[in-house]
Amino acid sequence: MSAPSYLRIAAAQLRRDLALVWARRGDALQPVLFAVMVASLFPLALGAEPGKLAPLAAGIVWVCVLLAGVLGLDALYRSDAEDGGLEQMLLSPAPLALLVAVRVLVHWLTTALPVILIAPLLAEMLALDRALLPVLMISLLLGSPLLSLVGAVIAALTVGLRRSGMLLPLLVMPLYVPVLVFGAGSVAAAAQGLDHGGALLLLAGGGILALVFAPLAAAAALRIVHS
Amino acid sequence: MTATAQPLLLAQGLSYHRNQDRIFGPLDLQVPAGEALLVLGGNGAGKTTLLRVLAGLLEATAGEAILLGRPVDTDHRAREVAYLGHRHGHKAELTALQNLRHAAALHAADGGTARLEAALAAVGLAGYEDTTAARMSAGQNKRLALARLSLHPGRLWLMDEPYANLDLEGIALVDRMIAAHTGRGGAALITTHGAYAAPPGRVRTLALDGGAR
Repeated sequence: MSAPSYLRIAAAQLRRDLALVWARRGDALQPVLFAVMVASLFPLALGAEPGKLAPLAAGIVWVCVLLAGVLGLDALYRSDAEDGGLEQMLLSPAPLALLVAVRVLVHWLTTALPVILIAPLLAEMLALDRALLPVLMISLLLGSPLLSLVGAVIAALTVGLRRSGMLLPLLVMPLYVPVLVFGAGSVAAAAQGLDHGGALLLLAGGGILALVFAPLAAAAALRIVHS
Repeated sequence: MTATAQPLLLAQGLSYHRNQDRIFGPLDLQVPAGEALLVLGGNGAGKTTLLRVLAGLLEATAGEAILLGRPVDTDHRAREVAYLGHRHGHKAELTALQNLRHAAALHAADGGTARLEAALAAVGLAGYEDTTAARMSAGQNKRLALARLSLHPGRLWLMDEPYANLDLEGIALVDRMIAAHTGRGGAALITTHGAYAAPPGRVRTLALDGGAR
């Protein structure tokens, strides 16, 4: 089969997955709401003094994006594994890695992107220096796909376990540490007037690497777990 | 090449072991075009495992399966084998039509709305186009899965317990579908634990005795 027909299958998969998110919109929105709640706890706990919050703001927003992504990971393949959809994906002429990549895209669109879109509001609430907002947004846009891609591999490995609710975050969080360090670190560096380009380039490079290898690794993991 | 010269599916010495336990085999079987093979066996006899090995979802421990004269490979198998498993493979939250449209696209089949509606009508689900699968009964979900199967372009149908959950009319429907499919030059491999299933046409049976325990 040719590449265009693979892309047609991928487009159909994307349409179906988005329709599914819409049908489950109550559940799908929960990770995002959770992340926003966590962010709004900090001004309440630390007091609304800008001087206290501002140095923490970028890190808090980054952790919120990360949490939203982690909470959405368990749903990535769970329903497919339970209703036999995974078998049909395995038997499709399109490569499984492509279908997995579509699924990761949907995960990013529904967990990371909404939080990124309201990140300016969160940053305002946390009194982030407005000059730093562009750096924060760029670091989030570059780093968050990496979170979804790495998470998809771990989610594929744990899909065979009945109750992986807590195990998945425990496995995936350590892998998120470098992304968090460079993501939040780039804003911290910019705040001190240091060069933050290096951290952003590392995030971009990691993202491209993950974009190539993570769908392949997740597809291989799904095949192993499924047999 | 004629259909009789080359069976659609040929398996030689096929066996599957899980952790030293023999699940089935070694088995020799062939399914020529235009025929149905009924795989009989009690619970735990390895029927589902056999089907999953033939679908390529599991790697056989020994032996080989040959589809259309070629050893089974991922790409080839994906286009020629339609698999109806225990689990239906459609989403409870989506409507019958949405589920069918996606299934057709996933297997690179023609997914025009008229064709999908005809497939639904053929399995007795006319009028259920916009009903979500969650609101359908177990039997109706099975019928939806059968509609999906009928859209698949593959010539070999692997059907795992297709009669389960169906009423008498549904059982007759499965038999009609199999007869129509084999009549078009397709073939089907059907597992069942009961002898009540008897699709018309040329049918062979294969009894699985289960693994040595």
